[in-house]
Order: sequence, then C-alpha cells, then structure tokens
Amino acid sequence: MAALKPRTLPLTKRGLNFEMLMWLFTRLSALAMYALILFAIIGALVMGARYQMNLADVLRWGFMPNPGHVQSVPLENPDAWGTLFWKLTAGALLLLAVAHGVHGLVVIADDYIVTPRGRLVVRWLSIAMMISMSLIGLYVIWTS
Amino acid sequence: MSLKRNVSLATGLRYRGQGPMLTFILHRIGGLGMAVFVTVHILASFLGGDIGKFLNDVYQNWLFQIFIFFCALFHAINGLRITLVDLFPKLLVHQREAIWVEWAVFIPIFAIAAFVIVSTAGG
Repeated sequence: MAALKPRTLPLTKRGLNFEMLMWLFTRLSALAMYALILFAIIGALVMGARYQMNLADVLRWGFMPNPGHVQSVPLENPDAWGTLFWKLTAGALLLLAVAHGVHGLVVIADDYIVTPRGRLVVRWLSIAMMISMSLIGLYVIWTS
Repeated sequence: MSLKRNVSLATGLRYRGQGPMLTFILHRIGGLGMAVFVTVHILASFLGGDIGKFLNDVYQNWLFQIFIFFCALFHAINGLRITLVDLFPKLLVHQREAIWVEWAVFIPIFAIAAFVIVSTAGG
C-alpha cells in the first residue's frame, strides 16, 4: 500500500462553495449533536433519572429531549421535563438533525441521479422536505 | 461537480473496497434508516389517531428496535471517526486501525443492547 501523505491546501485553493460549506456543516452538526445528546443525558441524570428511569428511557430522552418521550415513565416531577429550556434544546437538536439528514439524502441521491434536471428536482424536493419537517417537528415538540 | 459517470454499474458492483467500504455502505444504510424512521415518527406524532397507533406498534416491534438501534449506533460511531479524520487530516494514516477500534466499540455495545431487546421482547 502506498503511503498516504495528507496535504493541507490553503483556503483559497480549496474552493469555498456551497458544497464545501455543507460538507463542513455535516461534520460540525454531528459534533453538535453528540454534545446535545450528552447534554440531555446529563440533564436527565441531574433531574433524577437514576432512580426513576431505565436505560432505554434515558436513551429515548437523550435522542430527543421532549416531554412526549417520558410520558410513559412515572416521574416525581414531570413539569421539570417539559420546561422551555428543554423545548429549546429539543428544537436545536431537531433543526440540526433535519438539516444534517436531508443533506445526507441529497448526497446519496446524487450518487444515483446524475442528470442535471434530476439533481435540480432533488434539490427543490430536499428544500421542501427540510422546511416542512422542521416546522412539523417544532410543532410536535412544542405541543407534546 | 461532474455529471458524467464513466463507470458502468457492473464495474461498480465488482468493486471490492473491503473494510472501509463496508463502513461506507453501513453508514449509508444507517443514515437512510434513521432518516426514514425520524420522518415517519414525527409524522405519526403529528397525525396521531389510528395511523399513529399503527406506526407506534411497528416501532415497538423488537425486530424494528434492533434494526434502528443498529442504524443509530453504527452511524454515530462511524460518524465520529469520519468527523475526526476529516477535521484532522493527519490522522488519515490511521484509518484502518480506527475502523478496527470502531468495531471493537460497536460489537459489545450492540450485542448487549440486542440481548436486552430480545430478552425484554420474550417477556
């Protein structure tokens, strides 16, 4: 195997376009989502999850900290799990996840749909999906 | 962005990328699985009623839970490797070792979770 020698180009030679920014966004949003999930799990532990929940409940809450996800759990203080603070955390996680996921679908589609017209259709569909799923998701989080 | 693909589908299928390609394919399957699951899950919570109830029954099936946990866990662990290697390109030389570490982390966690899911489903 030939030795791989990583090289670092200056920013001007790399090309700073939308695709490159989305490439960076995918990585950074992944890091942000790890942080938010860890944050939600720590929050659950602070709110007493150790004595009130099993691991599956904690993980369900971690992946999306909205009160609907702990409805089935007998909690000592249910109000603490549905505060504006957690709704904002869940909203941030949702917006990151939708943008990351829809962009991922576009990347996959681009591998199989190769005509310029097809790719344009995919882009318009992805924008429509991103906006509608963000709005529906925020509605579900705020009303659950 | 090139729109021409000068490789036929047959050549593409014959490509053997070994370990790294396996993670690439599983990353895709995991991402697609989660995208479909999250979309349907949000819509089910939004719509409610009989459709929501039916979809809830699908999620609670142990086979579906094993599948979606595979998707989420693999995508998360592999995504962490991709993020680290891409943001710190010097680490690229350790790519294959990183994939072995990934499996060493993934297999025990997934095995324990799958065991718990199956034993819970069995009552």
